[in-house]
Amino acid sequence: MSETKNLRLGEGLTAACLGLGLILMIVIAGKTHDGAMQFHAYLLAAAALVAIAAIVNRFLDRQETDAWRTGESGYNLGVVKLATVAAVFWGLVSFLAGLVIALQLAYPAIDLDLPWFSFGRLRPLHTSAAIFAFGGNTLLATSLYVVQRTSRARLAGDIAPWFVVWGYNLFIVLAATGYLLGVTQSKEYAEPEWYTDLWLTIVWVVYLLVYLATLMKRKEPHIYVANWFFLAFIVTIAMLHVVNNLAVPVSIYSTKSYIVWAGVQDAMTQWWYGHNAVGFFLTAGFLGIMYYFVPKRADRPVYSYRLSIIHFWSLVFLYIWAGPHHLFYTALPDWAQTLGMTFSVMLWMPSWGGMINGLMTLSGAWDKLRTDPVLRMLVVSVAFYGMSTFEGPLMSVKAVNSLSHYTDWTIGHTHSGALGWVAFVSFGAIYCLVPWLWQRKGLYSDKLVNWHFWISTLGIVLYITAMWVSGILQGLMWRAYDSLGFLEYSFVESVEAMHPFYVIRAFGGLLFVIGTLIMIYNLWRTVHSGEVMEKRAALLQQQPAE
Amino acid sequence: MSFSHATIEKNSIFLLVGILIVIAIGGIIELVPLFLMKSTIEKVQGVRPYTPLELAGRNIYVREGCYVCHSQMIRALRAEVERYGHYSLAAESMYDHPFQWGSKRTGPDLARLGNKYSDEWHSDHLKNPRSVVPGSIMPSYSWLATTDLSYATIADDLRVNRMIGVPYTDEMIENAKQDLEAQANPDSDGVSDFEQRYQKAASRVFDGDANRITEMDALIAYMQMLGTLIDFNLYDENANKR
Repeated sequence: MSETKNLRLGEGLTAACLGLGLILMIVIAGKTHDGAMQFHAYLLAAAALVAIAAIVNRFLDRQETDAWRTGESGYNLGVVKLATVAAVFWGLVSFLAGLVIALQLAYPAIDLDLPWFSFGRLRPLHTSAAIFAFGGNTLLATSLYVVQRTSRARLAGDIAPWFVVWGYNLFIVLAATGYLLGVTQSKEYAEPEWYTDLWLTIVWVVYLLVYLATLMKRKEPHIYVANWFFLAFIVTIAMLHVVNNLAVPVSIYSTKSYIVWAGVQDAMTQWWYGHNAVGFFLTAGFLGIMYYFVPKRADRPVYSYRLSIIHFWSLVFLYIWAGPHHLFYTALPDWAQTLGMTFSVMLWMPSWGGMINGLMTLSGAWDKLRTDPVLRMLVVSVAFYGMSTFEGPLMSVKAVNSLSHYTDWTIGHTHSGALGWVAFVSFGAIYCLVPWLWQRKGLYSDKLVNWHFWISTLGIVLYITAMWVSGILQGLMWRAYDSLGFLEYSFVESVEAMHPFYVIRAFGGLLFVIGTLIMIYNLWRTVHSGEVMEKRAALLQQQPAE
Repeated sequence: MSFSHATIEKNSIFLLVGILIVIAIGGIIELVPLFLMKSTIEKVQGVRPYTPLELAGRNIYVREGCYVCHSQMIRALRAEVERYGHYSLAAESMYDHPFQWGSKRTGPDLARLGNKYSDEWHSDHLKNPRSVVPGSIMPSYSWLATTDLSYATIADDLRVNRMIGVPYTDEMIENAKQDLEAQANPDSDGVSDFEQRYQKAASRVFDGDANRITEMDALIAYMQMLGTLIDFNLYDENANKR
């Protein structure tokens, strides 16, 4: 206890790297002629400065006790809390951005003739905020929680987990501000430019290392099934991200780069990436959540161990092939289209295998659906998952796709997955996590969860039915012939016909935002006025075991 | 049974390697042949790299996220070919880094937009879409006409494109800036050299204001060449069956 305080190796190295980064950013900010690059360089410099200050502060505040020298005891829940708060915050941002652009499509004057407020720049903001900011932070929170609990081990690394969560959120800020400034490489769901991509690569590799190292020091002989899905998600996203984003910047002082792939090969690479952003980010990762939180909340074991194994390997094998269903009847060679359709249809099976495994976990506990609105949210999310993963293969049949492609049907499909599955399973997990993390007896109000559930469900139903109708209507109008054999409608007539559905869709989105606000209020009250659960507090702090 | 899944479940590295192998297969089989098979891209006459002004315009098209609502890919379907023109060929986007095929048609396909409307129409439409198409829900892009195009480093853009496979010549790269100015100003000296370097490229004042080169000039120059490079009377469909 009399020893002098030492700066840990990780702290020193991180601070040194941050210092170098700070100098590099100041040089870039000074030399660039690109306004957006200058803004981002200053932003990164400020972030580096704050991070260095945080490390210094951490060092000065530290009480040297036996605890840290023998390895900090208990679980690392601080990073999980941070990611949970970030997920809720970004969730609201992405839903609001979605509402704004939905209104812009219904009432175009809302573009206000401002560059940064136009649909073309806000739409990537909405999609990235939903997928990467809201979904990504939810995955960080849940994966970093689940890996600790199911391994009975504290998260590996001292600074590294904090670097992952803060670094990931810095990536989001870079991406989002970039979109508003017109910095984009125009690859859907991979819009951030080269330097933002490089930053994400660094963060992601550290995430993988933290995750693997935690698995390696586990005290459980078996790696729990949820971790298989989280690991597949982390590894596959790394591969997809690096290959799809390979680009040559015009100079290191420029935000602009050119993707190395061109034309048809770029299209295939993009949708190999794009569909597996859905498959591994929005599916595999969230199935990891399902495999932990549904059994936990229902207090029942996973329905079938065998089915988990089959579900896992068939899903990760088949998903990768499905990309070409985004490119039917295009200039992509037919052989690739045929492969894409075949595997997309096959994908129905593992998807439903997973759904069945999730739903049947409630065997013997179905009555809890009546009493526990959080479990209801989780179960309905799995039902939406089943619906979307039936609709997906259906839309991947070439004949169906010839009608549905390029229309709002696709938008409806993505939202039944994004709102019904991803957002609902996230809400369910967050409703579980917040009382656990802040050591509360339970949520402030189950009744408010109920309101959240029903208002949001109504919003989703309005959204997807409006898009089904408008999408199919659009598709039919584009191919309608009159009695003389001419195309019956001009394009703009199909645009005008969409108006009522765009209004309904925006209203559905508004309901979803209201539901989210109810959730935020409920979580806020839970944290600030909920009853502390002493037993849980003691349990979590003292030993990494249950 | 000698193999048990427990082996994988008990070793994180086995699990990691297993995942890597399983996820690599599909991607390799679908992606690699596209680079190796000659039939992937049709043999055609006329497709050339973008002129510097068109490239600058294309970068504005990318920046504003036009691909979010407009496809550039006419599918081989009857109703589509009748509405937009000949179905798109892979060869038509072989110099596109990145591709702009799009995935959604909130607005119409633009793959063969070139020369369908006048420059004035485009200018009016971009400034206020509803002034020419009352039912349109497109945002207005009036600031493009008042923002000077930034093209000081346009030669670097061409150079980077050549690094990744676009056949720009040394001459094109050296003269990139002059060529850009020549295309936007039909009275300048460099016009004949420019037109020699880039087939079917037109030099004119695209935005109606001859005194300055704006982002509107560049964007209209790009849109007016979309889908115009191939003469489909000479295209042999059967020679390119895939």
